[in-house]
Amino acid sequence: MLIPILIALVPLLALGPATLIAPRSAAAHWGVYAGTAALSGLIAAAALSHLLLESSPQHAGLPIGLPWLTARFRLDSLSAFFLLVVNGGAAAAAAYGIGYGRHEREPERVLPAFPLFIAAMNLTLLADDAFSFLVSWETMSLTSWVLVLATHREPDTLRAAQLYLIMASGGTLLLLLAFGVLAQVTGGYDFDSIRTSALTPGAAALALALGFLGTGSKAGLVPLHAWLPLAHPAAPSHVSALMSGVMTKVALYGMVRILFDLVGEVPWWWGGIMMALGGATAVIGVLFATMEQDLKRLLAYSTVENIGIVVTGLGLAAAFRDNGMNEIAGLAFAAALLHILNHAVFKSLLFLGAGAVATATGTRDLGRLGGLIGRMPQTAFAMLVGAGAIAALPPLNGFVSEWLLFQAVLKGPLLPQWELKIAAAVVAALLALAAALAASCFVRAFGIAFLGRPRSPEAAAAVEVEPAMRWTLLALAALCLLLGVLPMLALTPMGRLGEAVIGAAAVRTDSSWLWLTPPAAGGNSYGGVIVLAVIAGFGVLTRIGIHNLASRRLRRAAPWACGFDAPVAPAQYSASSFAQPLRRVFASLVRAEERVEMPEPGDLRAARFASSWRDASWDLLYQPVGAAVGWLSLTLNQLQFLTIRKYLSLMFAALVGLLFLVAVTQ
Amino acid sequence: MTGVLTQLLQMMLVLGAAPLLTGVVRLAKARLVGRRGPSPIQPYRDLLRLLRKEAVVAENASWLFRVTPYMVFAALWLAASLVPTFTTGLALEPTADLIALVALLASARFMTALAGLDVGTSFGGIGSSRDMMIASLAEPAMLLVIFTVSIVAGSTALAEVAHHMREAEVGLRVSLAMALVALIMVALAENARIPVDNPATHLELTMVHEAMVLEYSGRHLALIEAAGMLKLLFFLSLIACIFAPWGMAGPGEPPAAAAVGLLAWGGKLLLGAGALALLETSIAKMRVFRVSEFLAGALLLGVLAVIFLYVSRGL
Amino acid sequence: MKDLYFDTAHMLGTAVLLLSFALLFQRRISGVINTFALQATMLALAAAWQAFVQDAPHLYVTALVALLFKAVAIPVALHRIVRLLMIHRTVETALSIGLTMVVGVALVTLAILLVLPVTSDSAALTRENLALALSVVLLGLLMMITRRNAVTQVIGFMSLENGLILAAIGVSGMPLVVEMSVAFAVMVAFIIFGIFFFQIRERFDTLDLHYLESFRGERS
Repeated sequence: MLIPILIALVPLLALGPATLIAPRSAAAHWGVYAGTAALSGLIAAAALSHLLLESSPQHAGLPIGLPWLTARFRLDSLSAFFLLVVNGGAAAAAAYGIGYGRHEREPERVLPAFPLFIAAMNLTLLADDAFSFLVSWETMSLTSWVLVLATHREPDTLRAAQLYLIMASGGTLLLLLAFGVLAQVTGGYDFDSIRTSALTPGAAALALALGFLGTGSKAGLVPLHAWLPLAHPAAPSHVSALMSGVMTKVALYGMVRILFDLVGEVPWWWGGIMMALGGATAVIGVLFATMEQDLKRLLAYSTVENIGIVVTGLGLAAAFRDNGMNEIAGLAFAAALLHILNHAVFKSLLFLGAGAVATATGTRDLGRLGGLIGRMPQTAFAMLVGAGAIAALPPLNGFVSEWLLFQAVLKGPLLPQWELKIAAAVVAALLALAAALAASCFVRAFGIAFLGRPRSPEAAAAVEVEPAMRWTLLALAALCLLLGVLPMLALTPMGRLGEAVIGAAAVRTDSSWLWLTPPAAGGNSYGGVIVLAVIAGFGVLTRIGIHNLASRRLRRAAPWACGFDAPVAPAQYSASSFAQPLRRVFASLVRAEERVEMPEPGDLRAARFASSWRDASWDLLYQPVGAAVGWLSLTLNQLQFLTIRKYLSLMFAALVGLLFLVAVTQ
Repeated sequence: MTGVLTQLLQMMLVLGAAPLLTGVVRLAKARLVGRRGPSPIQPYRDLLRLLRKEAVVAENASWLFRVTPYMVFAALWLAASLVPTFTTGLALEPTADLIALVALLASARFMTALAGLDVGTSFGGIGSSRDMMIASLAEPAMLLVIFTVSIVAGSTALAEVAHHMREAEVGLRVSLAMALVALIMVALAENARIPVDNPATHLELTMVHEAMVLEYSGRHLALIEAAGMLKLLFFLSLIACIFAPWGMAGPGEPPAAAAVGLLAWGGKLLLGAGALALLETSIAKMRVFRVSEFLAGALLLGVLAVIFLYVSRGL
Repeated sequence: MKDLYFDTAHMLGTAVLLLSFALLFQRRISGVINTFALQATMLALAAAWQAFVQDAPHLYVTALVALLFKAVAIPVALHRIVRLLMIHRTVETALSIGLTMVVGVALVTLAILLVLPVTSDSAALTRENLALALSVVLLGLLMMITRRNAVTQVIGFMSLENGLILAAIGVSGMPLVVEMSVAFAVMVAFIIFGIFFFQIRERFDTLDLHYLESFRGERS
């Protein structure tokens, strides 16, 4: 299936440049969105068939790139799974774009880069040597950067884009160094020779650290996450959905590929570090999401949370595998991968829904929304499903992956190292806290945006968006339910992947489709269909009982509200007031401050209240690093004004230093 | 077949017993402070009265507002029916996974909190936001309790846990004692009891749960109230099932054993109701922002419980 | 039956530890004093139980000392001091209560990690008991550094002493002298601190050590 996928990528690559002929025409609009949707759908289908039918990886070499190198591509079950996730998300975003793209003010800034971005992500997943991997990776970063700049008229975009470019380059640099370390023994940059070469423990640890940080910064791992909530929401909404729902998954693919495939042996303590970082990322990400006022930025922070959950799962898998507990490692790995798939589905849904809200009302500020459930019923319903899924409520899909992950964490006490035993308890607490906070966060996001009374004239005048957007949302919502009710649909194809990467699958392929019974979970089971049927059954029983027992009279009246007359929109709970209890509880973590300015008695000024919070990673990491870079460049600047003798002595010192290094290493 | 029958019996049993339990708690509380108190069957009368009344719904309430009571009641009824009370041989036993039960409660709370925001009054908002804050800390504490219990029992399936606790030589474990205290703290918070919330108050600013469901009336309110009663029953049954499963009949035991189990369950519920009433009359409600410390205490107790488990077993 | 002996001893030890956490949790001085009295009662019970299990009558004396002095006399006296000095107001914390408790759990974990390797070959009873006792000691220290008020600092100190006694009674064959001296040390400390209170009160009209620091020029 590798060759058909590569062939399908050719028109995808060509689509973007082709639109430059007439970027504002309807043909370009339809060509890009419908074409991308169709091609992505095809690639997704091909990837699925590989996942289901093929067991051995396929190779191909193309004579492109540097003259003496061939670009190598490889399709194995790991890349096939991620191809499925990426192209599924891309197809949804493109189908949505058919409707959403019409509202674009400057389509010529979006259309050329959109298919290129998707093609670059595909190529990253298929690359089988460091060179094509890095080229595709960097193309992915640059095209998404161009797409972020499409909204360059908005005030925050330029700053977000600048920061994004810096962080993306930094991440690529780390990856470049990681591949350099990996290739040091043989000098071979293709993945096959990296796989076969044996690394010294020190080099392996260095490669792990560099690869983890390089991919982690792209995925949004705390404390490298601060660019993500700025850059992802700045792009047009269907691109935001791609960046948050899909591009972060490409980063996770890079992490899995480097850690579990190229390096191979991940030591248990590194798994512990990943668990701790992942747990912290999950809690911190969701805390900021709970404070955030901008709907799309809220979703971006929640992406940070979900990346944390996945990294925790990967860390657990590494820890279990290094201790020879492959069954449980397979369980943790499957939980992480299933969460990747689920997150791609519901985060795409939520970002696209946020785009629908922004299109209908012209704002994404929660403080100006409200009451949309009556005016945009279908969007509201789809968003409710998405909110429930991301809050890990049964019978939706988010719950299944969290359940699997908890089953794996519950096996933590079996680990022999005491550090990991204690880490398992702490990580369980962090994950549970993150899940509960996510529920709070999405009650707030959905409740403030869609329920209550409209908080602005624009929200009061909103109308439902066009069919292409609505149907995409509803289809994704249906997928949330389907994956939640029949998780075996996703887990069965993933079985081979678990065997290939970890050495064990989470579920047996011959087990029943109704029940999720991972052998490693020691008899614990979850039956999505049964749960749905039982809940529905109880609901119907309740409904019948109430209809026969109770009065059916219903009267509409003004809200009671303890007798206050005619509640007005500003008297409702706002996004900021909803967050207040949690802001106080976690004040030290989110650096929250509240200021009340109360005029003296007799003074007629209005009392003022201001609350603020701050992402501490700015003060603790970004600004010091920025200041250090500034200082360094100023200092190095002086090198431009030296005498010739000093230049010569610098060069001489460098030469002697290098010679000394050679002497020492020999 | 007997599994299905016992399951149906259990469904009816929890539905019938829940208002009685609430009535007993209220009566005990009244007696403890020297009042005569209402009859223990008063909650039935209240529910019937509410069911007979017309439902008044705010003009701007959406479909979500009207669907929520049914979903919340169904979720709580299901949750209470899944906990083994007098016997473990229930037909829906495979779904009685502790993590799934927590998630079921979370779903009910998610819907209630949304309904609180739906009408767009400040009372609904204050209730929702505080309830979610409390839940954000109570839920992880409960999951850590589950963590402890499942390490001891080797399973998160409730029937398995009950079986293990009854049959195996578990003994008095420090961890289990901590887990029990943490679970009681969580149960107080989840059921909106003193010291976290006051179930009897309708005073504007002290209420959390009551503020959230302020706009409900008639049959909707009846469902919400019944769901609250089922929740109390659920938590008492859960505590009894995990920490005191004695007397419970196993699957396939004769009806006599089930009858003994029924009596034992009734006794445990009475004991729990008495303890709750005693606790509620002897302590005062906390300020809302003390609740977070209270629940953080429960959460940390859960962590300690897991860590002490390692001590007694060795690292 | 032996298991039940051990388990009950653990339970009482755990109760002492949990009351240490309760001490950290309290905001009112009277609450702190009452919790301390309860902790001392639990300690007395633990000592009595050990006396019964180890068949060591001298431990009954320890239990009696703990009950009479720590659970009754000292709390009553402290209540008197609080009333006399009119310092009913809330406990002033240097660190938020939630954070203090997180640090507390970390300290308990540390205590366990310290105790377990050292006692790997001894019985589970001693191991758990020592872990509990060390945790109580560390929490007492934590209480002393995170509370600004002198009364609560004294209580932190005495709860630290409770931890020492808990460790002493858990090891069979420890002579009575140790317990008596420990109890005596507490009394001495109590008297010293009692005098100290009045000194501070006389000079600065408050028991808040913060003012003492500013007097020494540590704070502006």
